[in-house]
Amino acid sequence: MLTFILKRLGLALLVAFTVSFISFSLLFLSGDPAAALAGETASGEDVEALRRLYGFDRPMLVQYGEWLFSAVRGDFGESYYFKLPVSNLIAERLQVTMILGVCGILFALLTAVPLGVAAAIRPNSLIDRFALFLSVAGQAMPSFWFGLILIVVFAIQLGWLPPSGADTWRHFIMPTIVLGYYAMPAIMRLTRAGMLDVLGSDFIRTARAKGAGETRVLFKHALRNAIIPVVSLAAVQMGFMLGGSIVVESVFALHGAGYLAWESIARNDLPTVQALILVFSMFYIVFTFLADVLNAWLDPRMRSA
Amino acid sequence: MLAKSPTRSSFLAAVLMAGVAMPALADKASGTLDVAFTKELENVDSYFNSSREGVVLQRAIWDGLIYRNPETNEYVGNLATSWEWVDDTTLEFKLREGVTFHNGEPFNADDVVFTVDFVANEENGVKTQRNVNWMDYAEKIDDYTVRIHLKEKFPAAIEFLSGPVSMYPNEYYAEAGPSGMGLKPVGTGPYKMVDVVPGQHFVLEANESYHDSPKGQPEIAKIDIRTIPDVNTQMAELFSGSLDLIWQVPADQANKLAQMDQFTVANESTMRVGYLQMDAAGRSGDTPFTNKLVRQAVNYAINRQELVDALLQGASKVVYTPCFPSQFGCVQDVTEYEYNPEKAKELLAEAGYPDGFTVDFYAYRDRQYAEAITSYLNAVGIKTNFNMLQYSALREINMKGEVPISFQTWGSYSINDASAIVSQFFKHGSLDSARDDEVLEWLNVADSSTDPDTRVDNYAKALNKITEEAYWAPMFTYNTNYVFKDEVSYTPTADEVLRFVDMSWK
Repeated sequence: MLTFILKRLGLALLVAFTVSFISFSLLFLSGDPAAALAGETASGEDVEALRRLYGFDRPMLVQYGEWLFSAVRGDFGESYYFKLPVSNLIAERLQVTMILGVCGILFALLTAVPLGVAAAIRPNSLIDRFALFLSVAGQAMPSFWFGLILIVVFAIQLGWLPPSGADTWRHFIMPTIVLGYYAMPAIMRLTRAGMLDVLGSDFIRTARAKGAGETRVLFKHALRNAIIPVVSLAAVQMGFMLGGSIVVESVFALHGAGYLAWESIARNDLPTVQALILVFSMFYIVFTFLADVLNAWLDPRMRSA
Repeated sequence: MLAKSPTRSSFLAAVLMAGVAMPALADKASGTLDVAFTKELENVDSYFNSSREGVVLQRAIWDGLIYRNPETNEYVGNLATSWEWVDDTTLEFKLREGVTFHNGEPFNADDVVFTVDFVANEENGVKTQRNVNWMDYAEKIDDYTVRIHLKEKFPAAIEFLSGPVSMYPNEYYAEAGPSGMGLKPVGTGPYKMVDVVPGQHFVLEANESYHDSPKGQPEIAKIDIRTIPDVNTQMAELFSGSLDLIWQVPADQANKLAQMDQFTVANESTMRVGYLQMDAAGRSGDTPFTNKLVRQAVNYAINRQELVDALLQGASKVVYTPCFPSQFGCVQDVTEYEYNPEKAKELLAEAGYPDGFTVDFYAYRDRQYAEAITSYLNAVGIKTNFNMLQYSALREINMKGEVPISFQTWGSYSINDASAIVSQFFKHGSLDSARDDEVLEWLNVADSSTDPDTRVDNYAKALNKITEEAYWAPMFTYNTNYVFKDEVSYTPTADEVLRFVDMSWK
């Protein structure tokens, strides 16, 4: 198990390094950071002065090396836009995103897995149809639209929840539902398919034949096997939620890391974008890694992989 | 951006219109005016941001030596009580006595000297150099007399000193610097900042001991500003009672809000001008726009009035000059190209393009306007490959001279002087696509003469040549909508600056 973990860890670091290099090169090619920095009102001379000031005129590899050297020591530099240390900026924004991401994935898992199991136990029943309807609607409905509908109903008509912001836990209810709902359909369909598959297999029949209770069969025997791909999927979804909740953060005016990333790209705020890409890719790497470990624990056969 | 598709806007407005029970939360009682910003402001320090939101906060927190009345455009003293030109490059100010900064520091000549010397030094990296780089240094004569020395003649100095140049407390700024000032701003203005969450949240409180300034005294006790990027969410907050005022509201939504009786919708023009820039100098290679007849054809092809009536609406106006009409020197008796597609076709034929031609067309904002403009061009035979780019990307290739024709806009940073736009683009800088030597000469005289008549004469010559040669196709001015609750009293001004000090409860 230890060798397995170490191997995965080494691989993860390599991936992080590659991601940071590729993203740096792409950013370098994507446009003139000095022009974006100077803003709309600046003259051509202002832009030139800024270019020299920030050293954008140097070769890319030199700039990347410099960035990497500071980054490994935890110094991500200063945001061009906010003139504040990137690490502070990200730490502050990440809180909102983390709360939202964790709540979102919990909401998705807690609704999707039971529904998926229920749908698999009684395929083509009313509950299966209902689950199918929910998942189709979830896939088809853009999250900004769903978010606005929730705001109109719960914030304006009923007045139960605040429309936007991040001051109290009540501010997080609607964003959690919107973000979680987006991840729900995939998890639910995968749970249902996995359960159907497992429930039809020989060892379930054997378990039933030896007189195991239905609850035990379902949860101990079937779900444990069916859940393995779901764990991997949830890990990817979690990474997606932490990096990709831009729309939800924008609609609900939550100033999180996803929105920061989106805006920073438009502002050509390279240090911020670069640090965020690293953080987001680390999330994917860590969650995939955790999912691998969890799966290895759930299914000993995977430990050799 | 994600947040601004018209379908989404109309959708929410439609839902909201469909009979919604409105909880009435009167914020008049709490004394706090809740306002939304759309964009994240980078730094409250006004010398280190270049956004509209920054100008709004600057006018609330700080004061300049001079104040321009936004309605009459008259200059009056603010932190200075009087001023005079000692010579062409030296301005002397008598300062107002008894003014204190929000932190208790008294205002005097040392503050002016420190502020001017700090911002004029290019190494300190003031973001919009143009606002400050005409100043050389300041000199203290006595505690309440100070001179500002200019690098060269610069008649627009008064305008800049009444706009972007505001006075900072020397002791505090020396210690805090731009980032400290951004987090905990200190000024002399009608409002003091009590809380800053960078980019997200700003809380202002009325300055009870504000001096007898031409800005007037603050009436609203507290202003709470939150950044809400999505316009629909802003509207939802307005409906639910947690916002009192939103601005920069798109026309379609403003029209719908205007039909409801609990909001006031005020429309005012801004200094932003929309125009087509053409590569008359041929920097992008062999382009038809080097031919004057083609540029004139483009000017004739655009139905400006229709663009204003159908798309921009509100206080927008058709313009034929490459500047905003209220700007000093922006004379209006220039060559006007009325909409005449037949004439445009004739000119194209005369220029040797009877069947028109195909060209790369660039734009960076207001896609629907840009598309309407290209359809006018298409109608007279100029076929366009439409390219929508990010601002910085378009600017970059434009500076390299690779853009044959583009839809551009310019807001002049709310500077009420033609130099802020004409001299920005026609003095052979990297964004000058005309490169006319005669125009350059006239503008040099106009920009540096201290005699107003000489200035106007020379701007008039330059503008006449620019329009006669049709280097640009100026089209329209922009406007903006302010929507606020009926209990708020406010009259917006034509310079797109939200003035909290002019607001009150009804």
